Amino acid sequence: MEKKLLLGNEAVARGLYEAGVRVVSSYPGTPSTEITEAVSKYEEIYSEWAPNEKVAFEVAIGASFGGARSFCAMKHVGLNVAADPLYTASYIGVNGGMVCAVADDPGMHSSQNEQDSRRHAIAAKVPMLEPSDSQEALDFTKIAYDLSERFDAPFLLRLSTRISHSRSLVTVNDRADMELKPYNRDVMKNVMMPAMARKAHAKVEARNAAITEWADTEAFELGVNREEIFSDEIGVIAAGSTYAYAREALGEKASYLKLGIVNPLPVNAIIEFAKKVKTLYVIEELDDIIETHCIKLGVKVIGREVFPPLGEYNQAIIAKAIRNKENEFAAVDCDVPARPPVLCPGCPHRGLYYALKSLNLYVSGDIGCYTLGAQAPLSMMDTCVCMGASVSALHGYNTARGSEAAKKSIAVIGDSTFIHSGITGLIDIVYNKGISTVIVLDNSITGMTGHQNNPLNGKTIKGDPTTAVDLEALAKAIGINRVVVVDPFDIKGTKAAVEAELQAEEPSLVISRRPCALLKSVKHEPALTVD
Amino acid sequence: MNSINILIVGVGGQGTLLASKLMGKIYIDKGYDVKVSEVHGMSQRGGSVVTYVRAGEKVFSPVIEKGEADVMISFEALESARWLPYLKKDGVVISNTAQIDPMPVIMGNAEYPENPIGLIEKAGIKVVAADALALAEQAGSAKSVNIVLLGIAAKQLGIDKAECLDAIRATVPQKTVEVNEKAFELGYNL
Repeated sequence: MEKKLLLGNEAVARGLYEAGVRVVSSYPGTPSTEITEAVSKYEEIYSEWAPNEKVAFEVAIGASFGGARSFCAMKHVGLNVAADPLYTASYIGVNGGMVCAVADDPGMHSSQNEQDSRRHAIAAKVPMLEPSDSQEALDFTKIAYDLSERFDAPFLLRLSTRISHSRSLVTVNDRADMELKPYNRDVMKNVMMPAMARKAHAKVEARNAAITEWADTEAFELGVNREEIFSDEIGVIAAGSTYAYAREALGEKASYLKLGIVNPLPVNAIIEFAKKVKTLYVIEELDDIIETHCIKLGVKVIGREVFPPLGEYNQAIIAKAIRNKENEFAAVDCDVPARPPVLCPGCPHRGLYYALKSLNLYVSGDIGCYTLGAQAPLSMMDTCVCMGASVSALHGYNTARGSEAAKKSIAVIGDSTFIHSGITGLIDIVYNKGISTVIVLDNSITGMTGHQNNPLNGKTIKGDPTTAVDLEALAKAIGINRVVVVDPFDIKGTKAAVEAELQAEEPSLVISRRPCALLKSVKHEPALTVD
Repeated sequence: MNSINILIVGVGGQGTLLASKLMGKIYIDKGYDVKVSEVHGMSQRGGSVVTYVRAGEKVFSPVIEKGEADVMISFEALESARWLPYLKKDGVVISNTAQIDPMPVIMGNAEYPENPIGLIEKAGIKVVAADALALAEQAGSAKSVNIVLLGIAAKQLGIDKAECLDAIRATVPQKTVEVNEKAFELGYNL
């Protein structure tokens, strides 16, 4: 069998291929993006970029209704957007198996918060598997489909930056031949109204108990959970990346209960493992979920007492906490200046921010490359919360502070982010007679996540031509009369246009349009030098 | 089978990912278990970036921590200084001499240290420094800086030249094979 060095994300994609998945819909988000990019290379699987995670999740539910094995991927904060369908999909269950991969970002390499997606799994009562390397990413993906169909539940696959973005060796297999399941109307199962949902909730509780039983028994036979006994002194319970760090730090000086299913957690297996060691540690990044579970079972463990609730772990943190061991190292005798990420040379966002800097505006910001403009020297952002918040929060700010504030404030939002969830905020402004000025930074691509096509650029995930949303017509259709298009490299023109819109006593949409400088289709003039 | 930890550092956009991919391939072809940890997303944009390549009988953690790297391959002098603590005390730094000013330096809020490579040597660490850009241009393309550095690293790590050239041929686009072979030789024979 062939072995390949695959990213965790590529291994998930391979798992989808091998599991016979037919439909994949995702919204890009670091560190989850490469799963769907890799899927788009398989001709056998339909794949698409959806406008946001909620839509992606719902497309996957629909495909499951339709009898196909389906999938969606998103980053941790994306699952907040998709939380609404997630919680009720849990009640409904599946026809074709359904899996949603959610990639957490401990340490926040590329995120605005550090939330722990296991919380969503627990709250939605959706089972969750968590791999600790690329081989497990592939294997667990396939197992998740079998379990999804067996237990009639959508499954979550939890990843993290280090699993998604690390390459390790993977053995690949052929694609399973999965027939489309027949569709039969089943109102009691698939229509969630109170009468049906009450019954469904009872079913979900029973399902949770059945999967707990599975986690204690069959999960060990399949290798999803496993015990590795080397020592009767130190025991470690860990899952995902922290298992890898613990194994690295402690080697065969400890015994391990390695969990591949993190919701629901096993019960008897934990109680039995605890009896085999004198001191038992729970090592988990972010929240103390396994630790709390152990406490509830009356199992004495050490966790938060010695391990931090913040950031990404590694073998050094574990070696220090358990073995009090630290490596020696050298350092230069001098302050090393920081090297923060910056907007690229030739980036159109630089032009826009430069043009508007002297206006001293309140800038309601959003999520994307242009968030980098918050930092000096551009310093062009006052707030940034989540996808789409620039538009709605600007309306709130201007409502609180009045029309004079509205003449000194703007929202900045990228093309993809605007389609994701900026539109609804803009409708709110028009409907409620706001006069805010919103600027869409249209660079013809979803940039920060590494260049994905989106509904505004007229290309599908595979690069095929498709209908592009007409942003000017869209703005007019929702009732915005003042729609202006500027070129951010025309500094004077951009500044004048924005100044005029700020003075208007009605809402304006300014479209700052120039493609991302890194797009292959963008031709660059030779560099100029100043004598 | 000895385990080997290679730290590859640079500035986002310099081509560190190809170097790590090649290093990974070279050790897989030699029969090692390999893990490579990459940086995607936000920190790519002109920020300080690091990639870890680990090879051995069985590799668990994908990351390299302080005092663990056998070799650091650095694409920029200041980055060599920044990541030095990740090297073992008897490890080797392979550093490009290029200087790329970070934003705080451009803005005048911080100073670029004078001769970062000298500071590393002063800390008692072995450095092999080279103007990889000049060598890459000599090979035929400024884009082959990563392969020049790979060549220097291969020599330091005692990896067979033919194994590296095979990995390069199997990885880089066909039309750049010749330039990259030349770049590798220039680094290897430094």
